[in-house]
Parts: sequence; structure tokens; C-alpha cells
Amino acid sequence: MTTTPTIPAEQPAATRRAGTGTTATRVLGIAMVVTMGWLVAFGLGFSPADRDQEDAVRILYVHVPTAWVAYLAFIVTAVGSAMYLFGKKHSLGFDRFAGASAEIGVVFMALTLVSGMLWGKLTWGVYWQWDARLTTTALLFVSYIGYLAVRGLGGSHQQRAKRSAVVGLLVVLEIPLVHFSVKMWRSLHQDASVLDSEGDVSMDGLMLFSLFVGVVAFTLWYAWILLHRTRVMAMEDMLDDHGLDRALDARRAEAEEQS
Amino acid sequence: MLGILALQDAGFILGGYAITFAAIGTYTWRVMSNGRKLAEQIDDSDKYWT
Amino acid sequence: MSRWQIARLVASKDLRIERRSRVLMNQVLPFAGVTMVMFAFALDASNVLERVAPGLVWLATLFSLLVLVQRSFAIESDDGALDALRVAGVDPVAIYWGKAFALAVQLAVLEVVLLIAAVLLYGADVPLGGIVLLATTLVTATCGLASVGTLYGGLTAGFTGRETLLPLLVLPVVAPVLIGATRAVESALGTGGVALSEGWPWIGLLSVFAVAFGAGGALAFGPLIEEAT
Repeated sequence: MTTTPTIPAEQPAATRRAGTGTTATRVLGIAMVVTMGWLVAFGLGFSPADRDQEDAVRILYVHVPTAWVAYLAFIVTAVGSAMYLFGKKHSLGFDRFAGASAEIGVVFMALTLVSGMLWGKLTWGVYWQWDARLTTTALLFVSYIGYLAVRGLGGSHQQRAKRSAVVGLLVVLEIPLVHFSVKMWRSLHQDASVLDSEGDVSMDGLMLFSLFVGVVAFTLWYAWILLHRTRVMAMEDMLDDHGLDRALDARRAEAEEQS
Repeated sequence: MLGILALQDAGFILGGYAITFAAIGTYTWRVMSNGRKLAEQIDDSDKYWT
Repeated sequence: MSRWQIARLVASKDLRIERRSRVLMNQVLPFAGVTMVMFAFALDASNVLERVAPGLVWLATLFSLLVLVQRSFAIESDDGALDALRVAGVDPVAIYWGKAFALAVQLAVLEVVLLIAAVLLYGADVPLGGIVLLATTLVTATCGLASVGTLYGGLTAGFTGRETLLPLLVLPVVAPVLIGATRAVESALGTGGVALSEGWPWIGLLSVFAVAFGAGGALAFGPLIEEAT
């Protein structure tokens, strides 16, 4: 896939399609808005309060889905990184796809942490408790911020892609190591508690349905915004190259004038 | 609708949902407005989704 | 030349540079020592210090690791030595193994000194029965730290604005080593009444970490230094 735009531009500016939407994204977008509405309706309204946690369980309908989609996003980043690195053509499209997915994953991780802290304040009485899931999430959150920082190191697009792909795969390697070490660590401090730190209250009926709606809603948003963000990245790269080509053209024109 | 405020600890719960949707909304808005701005500078033939 | 021979050459080159410049001896060890003193100022209670001594030893190790890694690659960027090796077609896996080994040796020296400092400054106690566990912890943890350090050092070396990224990249990745090594040393020393037997599962974790990043690092090092710097 070429990223060098046509120079000079052939299409009059006014006729260019505005934005990054296509039929596919419009369909996804509508589905997303609808399920988000359902999430609010069921999460805050139709589903019942829990017997032990009471209404605090409603935060879980946001906290748990954001965690799952964050992990999904990072797996997608790893897959995109692998397809870039091991593919014959080293197509930059995979790199952009991986980068966009990581960006969105970081947003979800931040939301997981915030909602987890709010839930914790209600159920444990404290914002933070060094439980296995929150601690692992915090570490991975910082790791992926590092990944995004590596993407911003500069250089050519291929250099960025190669560096990011390697780091993207290494961080995925790190996930099980962090998960197990934190789990082993926290198991040393096990306190018996009615509400175990996972908050995995036995959910049934409407509660389970609300959770499911949350997963669907956030996954749809993830897919929708991923498509848009990747397209925006493609345009950013194009304009990057365009700037370089323009400069080369100008130098070439100068040289021809002088000769 | 006001029944929502009757939830126990409504502040935390509504706050949690509000922060979530605010963050999602902000990120969405930034991506889409960037998209609109950049899309007018590039020919449709160069865009791989058109 | 075999990969093994090249790695040995690179390692002995790095260690020879250290022996001549004495950066580890004159700069990093004092830095680590000062860190240990700073911990005492911050924590201010001798019973607390004794209880957390293993953790402080590994924290000081991690901070010093960052300095050692940057030093390890600074000697390459000066005079473009790494580029020369790369352009000459030297196997990057061999370079990785060589530099990681040299880094590991320096780290091991550092850790032993820090342990002695903990015994002297924090009143830590080293029972004879824990020596084997202690030594094993040192070896496995050091391998893991050296692997990660060399890898990310290669990534961030060279450009200004890149070296500042090293701590952010390295510290989350080595968190498992910090957790595991501290728990294992606590077992070895009997800190807080922890039994000796509880340390060995952590050795398992540290070993898996060392192998995973030793292998992953070797594979990743080539692509990472391949770009024109």
C-alpha cells in the first residue's frame, strides 16, 4: 500500500470526501450508540442491586468490560506487530493498525483503573488495595505508555514500525510474567473476605446481561474508533511524506532553474 | 429518571459512568475532527478506504 | 568466527573498558551506597529498615542498573562503535550475549556490595542455611536484569531524547524480578520470619523470566540496532 500522495493534487479540494467514514463504519457506529444506550439503561436502571455490594456492582458493568477490551486491544497490537515484522512486504498498514489499537488500549486501561478505584472505594473502603488485577493493570498501563513513547521517537516510518513492532511483541511477552509474579505476591497476603478482590459476585439474569451489554458496547466502540484512528494515521503518514516530497520537488525545480 | 439519584452512593456510580463516557467521547471527538481536517488535504484516490 | 567467540570478545572488551575506566567502582558503587543511606534517612526506624532490607537492596540495584545500561551503550555510541560492528556484519545475537554478560558481571559485583552494605547499615543477618538460596537468587535475577537492560539499552541508545525513555521502559518490565528477588532474599535471610522453603518458587519465576528475556532479547536485539542511527 503506497503512502505517497499524488503530487500535485489532482482532485479539487472541495470535492474530497470529508472525514474518515465509510458504510462499514456507519453501520458499526449506529450499533455502538444503540448498545451504549442499552448499557446505561440496564446498568443504571433495569438491573438489580447486588445483595452484598448493593449498587456498587453497577460500576463493574463498566470496569470489567473495559479491562477485557483493553486486553483485546493489546493482543491486536501484538498481532499487528507480528504481521508487520514477519510479513514479506513489511506493510506499514499493520504498524499503524497496531499503534492505533495500543492507543485505544491505553484509554481503556486508564478507565479500568479509574472505575476499579471507584468500585474499590465503595466496596473495600479504600481507593487502592494492591490486589492482583489492579496491580497488573497498573503495570501494563505504564508499559503501554512506554510503547506509545517508543512510537514517538522519530525517524522514518519504517524505523518507527520496526521499533514499535519489537516492543509491542516484548510487552505481550511481559504480560504473563507480570500476571504470575503479582498473583504469587498477593497470594502471600490473602485475607478472607466476602467480597473477593475480583468482585466476581455470582452474577445471573439481568446482571449478567448488563455485563454482556457492556462488553458488546465497548468492543463495538473499539472496533469503530480503531478503523477511524488507523485511517487518520495513514493520512498523517501521507502528509509527512508529502511534506518531504514537496521539499524535494522544490529543490529539483530550483536546480532546473539554475541549469 | 430521578430514581437514578436514589441509588446508593450515586455520586461514585454516576461519576464512574460519566468519566467513562467523557473519556470515550473526548477521544472520539479528537480522532474524528483530526480526520476531517486531514481528509480535505488528500485526494480520495489516495485514501485506501474510498 | 563462531557466535560464542564473538560474544566472548565483546564481553571481554566491555569488561576491559570497565577495568580501565573504573566507572563501576568509582561512580556506580558510590551512587548505590548513597542510595542505601538515603533510604535510611527516609525510613528512619531501624526495625523497619531491617524488615525491608532485601527490598531496598533490589531497589538500589534497579536504579544502578539504569546507570550501568546507559554506560554500557554510551561506550558504543562514542566513536560509533556499535555501528561499525553492525555494518561489518557482526552477528547481533553475539553482540547481545557479549554485552549482556559483561553487564551481568558488573551487576553481580554491585549486588554483593549492596548486600554487605545491608548487613552493615540495616542490621540484616545472613544465616548459613540461606547462602545457597541467596546465591541462586543473585544469579537468576542478574541474568534477567542483564537481559532486559541490554535489550532496552540498545533501543534507547544514541539519540538525545531517547535515553530518558530507558527508565520508563525498563522498570515496569523488571517488576517481576523485583518482586521475586526480594521475596527470595527475604526467605534466605529469614526476614520477617519467612521460611527458607518459601523462597524456591520465586527462583522458578526468576528463572522463567531470565530464559524468556534472554531468548526474546537476543532475537529482538538485531532488528532494534539495525536502523541507521
